[in-house]
Amino acid sequence: MVDTLSPKQAKRRAWMGTLAKGTVDEIENAWAGLGFAPDYTWLRKPEFGSTMIRARAGGTGDPFNLGEATLTRCALRLADGTTGYAYVLGRSARHAELAALCDALLQTEEHNAAVEKVVIAPLAAAQAKRNEDESRRANATKVDFLAMARGVSLTSKVAYEDKGYQKS
Amino acid sequence: MSPAVDTAHLKPGFENPVLDSQATFRAILDAFSFPGRRQTVDRVPDPPAPLMPATAAYLLMIADLDTPVWLDAGANVKPVRDFLRFHCGCPLPEEPAEAAFAIVTAPSRAPRLGKFAQGNELYPDRAATVVFQTASFSDGPAVTARGPGINDTIEFKPDGMPDWFWRDWAVNHAGYPLGIDVLLACGAEVIGMPRSIYLET
Repeated sequence: MVDTLSPKQAKRRAWMGTLAKGTVDEIENAWAGLGFAPDYTWLRKPEFGSTMIRARAGGTGDPFNLGEATLTRCALRLADGTTGYAYVLGRSARHAELAALCDALLQTEEHNAAVEKVVIAPLAAAQAKRNEDESRRANATKVDFLAMARGVSLTSKVAYEDKGYQKS
Repeated sequence: MSPAVDTAHLKPGFENPVLDSQATFRAILDAFSFPGRRQTVDRVPDPPAPLMPATAAYLLMIADLDTPVWLDAGANVKPVRDFLRFHCGCPLPEEPAEAAFAIVTAPSRAPRLGKFAQGNELYPDRAATVVFQTASFSDGPAVTARGPGINDTIEFKPDGMPDWFWRDWAVNHAGYPLGIDVLLACGAEVIGMPRSIYLET
């Protein structure tokens, strides 16, 4: 699929993703830090459903259905008519509510900067850290195929010889 | 592609989707089980004009991706289309014959009953259910109903129904098990008229 998002849409996609991937506690804390409670009406109260997760083998192959995942969605409207949407994994109505509120506020001129700074930035940082920790843990258990590939891979060979072993 | 839904003016759906749709379902079930008796369907206090609360609640309860909903000229306005698209996601066909549910806000200008899906011998359930919005259940000419679900006879007085409606109903009833079912709506009340009943004006 060709990506034809406008810069505005791309930004919104980014923050919606960040909000969806944050944990409820993180968002709740950040929201408390923001310190205001805007008026809003529900267009669609949080409701649970399931969605098919699709993936591509190796990231480039044909799409296939991986399985279904539980999803919570909601939509709300601020007093000025701006609507916020949220689709988050799991069954947390509060998560969806806060994500939709942030989505709505981020679309308004007056609150965009504040929400971006107080909510989105810390969430994104926390997620980046989680990802890094994860890949670090994964890296620590990475299997080095040195012995099997001896003499074949240049980098492996160097690593092998650096450790003081001599090639027989 | 359909134009985007105008969410800034969208009317909210059920306050409590599970309980409200169950209550609405129960009321509609009673309406069709006891034809001619008024039932209250008041879980959508603020529907988009010109839908009545009962009509809007009925659609929210029953319409979804698999049920095409036909709107007459009066109901085919953006606030209503947006409401149905957002809350129900139902297709909105141009032709009454393609609809599973049809909404008539001006009974005098409604299509004749034969224009709606009648079902077929194998699947009589594929007939349409048509909602007629009427101004009153007590100020119009008296109609006497007889048939399953009615103890002897029952009388009601829907206002604003065209004369041909009752002649068409006789044909509709004669075609049983095929034929449409009609739900009369007035504000937050409904009267069910399944194809199985006989009506006399």
